[in-house]
Parts: sequence; C-alpha cells; structure tokens
Amino acid sequence: MTMSKTMEPTRRSSSMKRTRRWQTALHYLILTVVALFFFLPVYYLIVGSFRPSSEVLSGLSGFVPTNLSFDNYAGVFDHLSSDATGHFGQFALVSIIVTTAVVAGSLIVNSMAAYSFARMKWRGKKVLFLLVIILTIIPFEAVALPLYYMFSGQRDTVVIQAIPFIANAFSIFLFYTFFLDVPGEIEEAARLDGAGPFRTFFQVIVPITKPAFATVAILTFLGQWGSYLWPVLMVSDPTVRPLPLAISIFQNQQPPEWGQVLAFGTMFIVPVLAVFLIFQRWFVASISSSAIKG
Amino acid sequence: MTTQTQKIPAPAVAPAKRQSSAILTGHRFAGPLFASPALIGLAIFLVAPFVLAVVLSFYRVQLNSPRPARFIGFEQYTRLFTDPDLSAAFGQALLNNFTFALIVVPVQTVLALGLAVLVNRKLRGMVVFRTFIFMPLVFPLALTAVIWRLIYSRGDEGLLNALLGLFSGGALSSHDWLGSPSTALGSIIVMSIWQSVSFQMIIVLAALQSVPTELYEAAALDRANKWQQFINVTVPGIRNTLIFVALITTIFSFRLFDQVYLLSRSGSVDRGSTETVMTQIINTGFDNNNVGQAAAMTVIFMLIITMIAIIQRAAVRQRGGV
Repeated sequence: MTMSKTMEPTRRSSSMKRTRRWQTALHYLILTVVALFFFLPVYYLIVGSFRPSSEVLSGLSGFVPTNLSFDNYAGVFDHLSSDATGHFGQFALVSIIVTTAVVAGSLIVNSMAAYSFARMKWRGKKVLFLLVIILTIIPFEAVALPLYYMFSGQRDTVVIQAIPFIANAFSIFLFYTFFLDVPGEIEEAARLDGAGPFRTFFQVIVPITKPAFATVAILTFLGQWGSYLWPVLMVSDPTVRPLPLAISIFQNQQPPEWGQVLAFGTMFIVPVLAVFLIFQRWFVASISSSAIKG
Repeated sequence: MTTQTQKIPAPAVAPAKRQSSAILTGHRFAGPLFASPALIGLAIFLVAPFVLAVVLSFYRVQLNSPRPARFIGFEQYTRLFTDPDLSAAFGQALLNNFTFALIVVPVQTVLALGLAVLVNRKLRGMVVFRTFIFMPLVFPLALTAVIWRLIYSRGDEGLLNALLGLFSGGALSSHDWLGSPSTALGSIIVMSIWQSVSFQMIIVLAALQSVPTELYEAAALDRANKWQQFINVTVPGIRNTLIFVALITTIFSFRLFDQVYLLSRSGSVDRGSTETVMTQIINTGFDNNNVGQAAAMTVIFMLIITMIAIIQRAAVRQRGGV
C-alpha cells in the first residue's frame, strides 16, 4: 500500500501531473460553489443582524456589510425585558434546562436499553426490540395531538417540555449498532472479575463506546435545541417559554423588525456553532468510528 | 487493513458468549431492568398517544370543551374520503407529500453521496469546506424558515430574485417563489435539502472511509479509471449505507412539517401547493378544534407510512441488503 504510493510520483509523466493539477483546481472550484450554497444564508444572517432592519431586505445590498451596529442586539434585549413578553435570559434558561435534561436523560435511558437489547439475554427481548424498530417510523408530529390531549393538565411546565423526548427509539437503535461491535472478551473479563451487569455497563462498556455517546448527545442536542411544535402547543406562559418560540414574536411585529429577528437568530446559533466546531472532529470521527481503520 | 484484523475475532467470540449466559443467571432481571426505563417512556409518550389517536378517531371531540366526546364510529373516516371539501384537501396534502418524497429522496441521497465524495479527498483546507457544509445542521427550523423566507422574498428586494437579476442582466427577477403555486413546493424542497443533506452526507462519508483501500488498488491494477472505480467499488461498498440513507430520508420527508407550518403561519407560502398531511393534522386539530378528524387523519397517515416502510424493506431484502 505504502510502496505504490512512494513510487507514484516518479512513474507519473508530466502530462498526467498536469491533468491532476487541473482536476484539483476543478475540485476546489466545485467545493467553493457548494460551500457558498451552504454558507451564504449563514453569512446573510450574521451580516443582517448588524444592519438596520430596513436594509436587511434590500436585494444584493443585504450582503454588503455597511451601517454595522449592535442596535439590533440591544433591541432584542429591550424588547424581551418586560413580564408580558418574557425575558431573554429566562427563555435561554428554559431552553438550556430542557435541552440538558433531554440530552442527559436520553444518554442514560437509551444506552441502557440498547445495551440490554444488544448484549443481554432475556425473554421477550426480540419482540420488544422489533417493536422499538417499528416505533422509529412514528413521527412525533403524528402523536403530538393526542399527547397534548393526554397532558393538557400539565401545560406551561418545564417538565412536560422535556420528558416526552427522553426515551427515543432512534437513539436506542444507534446505540444498539455501536454496542453490537464491542468484543465479547471485554464483558467476559469484567464478569470474571466479579462485576455485575451495572458495573460492567457503566465502568467497562460506557468508557469504550464514548463515540456512540458523543453521537447521540450531539444529535439529541441539535434536535431538541430548536424544538418548536411541542412548545408551541404546550406553552403560553412567557416564563417557561423556550428560545425558538421567541423568534416568532419578532417576526409578528408590524412592520417586522428583520434586523432584530436576525440578531436573535445569531444569538441562537452562534453558541451552538461554537460547540459544534469544537466537537466537529470528534463528531465526524465518532459516526465513522464503527467502521474506520485504527 | 486493520479493519480486517479487528473484525476477524468477532465470530469466534459468539459461542463463548452463549456459554457465559449460565454465569449470569444471578442477574436474570438485569436485561428487562436495563430496558424498562426507555420502554416505559416509549409506551407512555409514543405508543399510548398513538392508541389514543385510534380511539379518538371514532369520536367527535373538542379540546377544552365542556361537551362530552361522542362516539360516531367510522364517520370521521368516511367523511375523510367522501366529504368533497375534506377529501380534496386531504388528497392534495397526500399528493404533496408523495411529490416531495419522490423528488427529495433520490435527489438528496445522490447529493449526499456526491458531497461525501467531494469532501472525502485529502486536500489542503478541506476542514474549512467541511465546516461550511455542516453549518446548516445547527439551524433550528424556526430560524431556517425565517432566513429562507427572506431569501425567497418576492420583488427585487428578495435575495434570490436579486441574484437571478444580476446573473441574467435583469431579464429574470421579481418572482414570488413561495407565494406562487408552481414554485412553492420546489422552494421548500431546496430549503429542506439545504437544512438536512449534511446529516446524510456525514453518514455516507463514514461509509466511504470504511471501504477497504485494497479494493481500489486492485481495481487500479485492472486499469479501472476513477469513474469505473466509483461504480464498481465505491457504490457496491457502501450500498447498505445508501439504502439506509434513502430509508430515513423517506421517513423524514413524509414527516415534513416545521418548514411548511412556519412559513404558512407567516402567510408567505402558497398553502394549497405546500400543505402536507402533518400540517393539515395540526391545523385540523388545533386551529379548527376537530380532534377526532385530526386523529383519523393521523391513523390513515400512519398506515401509509408503515406500508411504504414495509414495501421498501421488502424490496431491499429481496436484493439481499439490510
């Protein structure tokens, strides 16, 4: 493998080198176009958040960073500072509490279930696992209405925003595929050392399957942080409102304060983006780790 | 190379595991115990409401109403198919869902593959490109809807219109992308792909990196060019992953809800051509306070999704896949 690579340059003729260089240039060109498609809306959001509302929607000049100021950001905090509208800090706190609870809870609960399905023997396991797989196709939206009907007494609480999302069939499935690949000798060794199932799981399996936990944590976080439908149904009290609902408050102003909407949006994604960038390497590696070469 | 060395011991371990279950008899309840918190959660928050939906679909029932629910049998279902007002809207929503899935599933799967191949090469600065492509993943849907609403704005102040005007020298401009029936669904499709293709790309990328390099070397020795290698080595090598991606994209595309709901709330989207079954269910249940009717729609819709999933699975199984 390594040999053929070291021999390559000497064998290649210069014309081939030229086509290769041309190919690389083309590759960069396509990459740039693609990256622009994904990045331009992000750029538009961030630049717009610093420009006057009246100039956000103004054709291509919306891209030009002129008249920059923090006015929109100040506006967001001004606007969200009475008890009638709720406070920005309060929204953020609710979002953080709910998201943290869902991520932490789902890591514990779903990984344990997946471990049980992947590595333990018990009666009825196969049937139940099949049921879990079937449940992955039921979209939350499809049960939102009856769920609302069931829990309408718990409206406007923080708990009801988090608790339905902790157990997650898709997360169980993801953990399951990771746990299947764990070599059996490891559990064997733990067992011979006298560890029960709990210790085996928490002290042996969890540490060696960290990438699985990172993956599920990130996916759960991304899904939960922007969650919209359930809070729209369940929350009307501004004190327990999560951040995504506040976006529509700004949008519904007449005329819409686009600058403030974008400033709000920027504050919404920049922390997530930062976390995501820090963990990106880990994230990509973790998704590929079940198959990647060591 | 190391992949092989890691994978070989796996089958050898299986018999040993079977014997060891005897040692575990003291922990007979550990399995159900581990699984129960998640199973209870799923039972309460997914299975029970679904069963309730089935029950509610046989009743005339309103939210927060003092009137008791009244059993009306299959009336909600028959109305769904025979009442011209209802059945036309429901049929249109179903049609929109199918159109969306038929376009998005192949396009997004191919795009995810293309993007994964594109960023899989080791080039300088690739981390930066990858990062840009991942960015939409952190966008909550509420925000995605706002930004794309601005991009699609009608008139010259809309970004897309301004861009098109610039490139066409003013010949093309001032189209109302979300508001006109002919482009509304297409606009939502582009927005959805922007939002979610990077997720599929990551999965495909992981699979690409697991295709053994030896296969490419063997193919190169057989004088296969890059395209032939792609068709004969790469695609078969990641076949199962591509199928998996197509499956989850199908399910997600039938769930299509947030973008359409948010855009139609702000009044910027043509309702008829973008209404999906999911948005119709929520509108019927909450805005029109017709819970029983919405429940009947849910049940029909779940039957359809389940059937599609089963057909897809069966088709894939037959050809020896997952």
